[in-house]
Amino acid sequence: MSALPNKKDKFVVVGSQADHAEKINKPSLSFWKEAWLHFKKNKLAMFGALLLIVLITMAAIGPHIVKYDYATNDLMNSNQPPSKEHWFGTDDLGRDVFARTWEGARISLFIGIAAALIDLAIGIIWGGIAGYKGGRVDEIMMRIADILYGIPNLLMIIILMVVLGQGLGTMILAMTITGWIGMARIVRGQVLQLKTQEFVLASRTLGADSRRILFKHLIPNSMGPILVTLTLTIPTAIFTEAFLSFLGLGLNPPLASWGTMASDGLPALEYFPWRLFFPATFICLTIFAFNVIGDGLRDALDPRLRK
Amino acid sequence: MTEALLEVKHLKKVFPIHGGLFGRRVGEVKAVDDISFYIKKGETLGLVGESGCGKSTTGRMLLRLLEPTEGTIRFEGQDLTKLSREEMRKMRKEIQMVFQDPFASLNPRHTVEKILEEPLIVHGLKSKTERKKRVQELLEIVGLSSWHANRYPHQFSGGQRQRIGIARALAVHPKLIVADEPVSALDVSIQAQVLNLLQDLQKEFGLTYLFIAHDLGVVRHISDRVGVMYLGQMMELADSEALYDSPKHPYTEALLSAVPVPDVDIKKERIVLKGDVPSPANPPAGCPFHLRCPKVMEACASIRPAFREVEPGHYAACHLYGEQL
Repeated sequence: MSALPNKKDKFVVVGSQADHAEKINKPSLSFWKEAWLHFKKNKLAMFGALLLIVLITMAAIGPHIVKYDYATNDLMNSNQPPSKEHWFGTDDLGRDVFARTWEGARISLFIGIAAALIDLAIGIIWGGIAGYKGGRVDEIMMRIADILYGIPNLLMIIILMVVLGQGLGTMILAMTITGWIGMARIVRGQVLQLKTQEFVLASRTLGADSRRILFKHLIPNSMGPILVTLTLTIPTAIFTEAFLSFLGLGLNPPLASWGTMASDGLPALEYFPWRLFFPATFICLTIFAFNVIGDGLRDALDPRLRK
Repeated sequence: MTEALLEVKHLKKVFPIHGGLFGRRVGEVKAVDDISFYIKKGETLGLVGESGCGKSTTGRMLLRLLEPTEGTIRFEGQDLTKLSREEMRKMRKEIQMVFQDPFASLNPRHTVEKILEEPLIVHGLKSKTERKKRVQELLEIVGLSSWHANRYPHQFSGGQRQRIGIARALAVHPKLIVADEPVSALDVSIQAQVLNLLQDLQKEFGLTYLFIAHDLGVVRHISDRVGVMYLGQMMELADSEALYDSPKHPYTEALLSAVPVPDVDIKKERIVLKGDVPSPANPPAGCPFHLRCPKVMEACASIRPAFREVEPGHYAACHLYGEQL
């Protein structure tokens, strides 16, 4: 006991440093950084993202890593099963299925993303204005959307194909002509909900004009649901393309998309199943990837769903 | 007497009620029904009343966030109700607002710096370095530190957020600040801090406040004069001292009797009002308070009492004082 010095001396009062008490050492995370941290934790969504990156990379380099061209016929080697020479086999005209699959991936992904982006642009502007202006403007704009939505989709697409001819442009137009309505509804709902918030009123009090309020306050705050809708629109568009091509309303040969390849491969299912198997598998994988990414984003972007 | 900075005359706001299949106008709510008051330069006018009595609507009309149905709002002699959209936009520099809910009044996606920059950008301060400097300045004025600038609103407490809201209002050097229940969402201990900040700022910058609240204690603390509203109408308006010491209107008496006094020895007689506040969609004829008034007279049910000066500087709308003038 006596060896120990007075206990009191062992404690040195550091005191509170008033100046630094408020300081937060953790870097200030923006909304997106925080969302990314949550997204990273979602294994399934990360797997989807990885899968998508692989698919996109293959779409970019796939057609170049084999010596065969996607459109060159080789009738001597038609309907070959997968082998060292032709990794995914060949089709009825002897075209290399591997090259065609990745060429098709380019077109399918392009159609999906282009359609979704056009939907996004129209949807944000239409829904944003309808929601922000409200009242009669909203009423009229949304009724127009409702009427468009009521026209049978397939009928409209077939008419467009007949009038404009088949092709990539027609395909995208056909899909976006009604596709934006879902996005517009989402944006409108968000804007309606946000525009009565006090920070929007505050901005008006400061003298901000409608454009500033819409694009600096309302749209950025609805970005979460918009992004989720976007990632879920892409697979829908890819699927629609495949479906239309399958019905013979798609692209003209020799252009390949997954839909046209599946359509060509179906009659040969019994004898040469690889011709259907490969495009069908990649359609499924792509749609799966986008869907799990969309789910992951929804969880990451909505603070209420976070655990 | 200093001149009136703001003069409101016969201000009315009627919200239509739409209903039925074709959205016909089936009725109306008189949110604010013919009120008049003025605010002198440098003073604080408190506005109290129950929920839904039209005090916030009045505040919002002053900024034309809501368009008045009738009446005039004169600010430094200029009628705000007649200004065009663009003229009003410029005018907003002069009148600013502090909002009730510090959690909803700041954009969650913007850093404090961005929030405080917005008024500067909107009113045409181009230089980025100057804006940065002003933001730092504003943060210091309201008692925050410069390192707070790149944080997001959710990283602050309610009181700190309200300070940011106040800093934003101050950014454009306003003359009048409409404070719409600025402390009712805060803890009592924080309320005092924010109120003191508001008072300090008033002294420093010569601000004029319209202070809207439902807490009579808070209003007494900060206001020079107090107006009492009921069902869209101004019932009584007087110097704060006069109103609290000798209320004229029975409604004010009842309100004041409900204020708790922190002294066990004082036995107060509470005036308990019967019934509820009538619906503003279907207000009673005559005096809006006559259905609940303990001193109701015959005239109250049919004739709306005029808002008149009962004593010098003390206005009330009640038939009790009708004969005196």
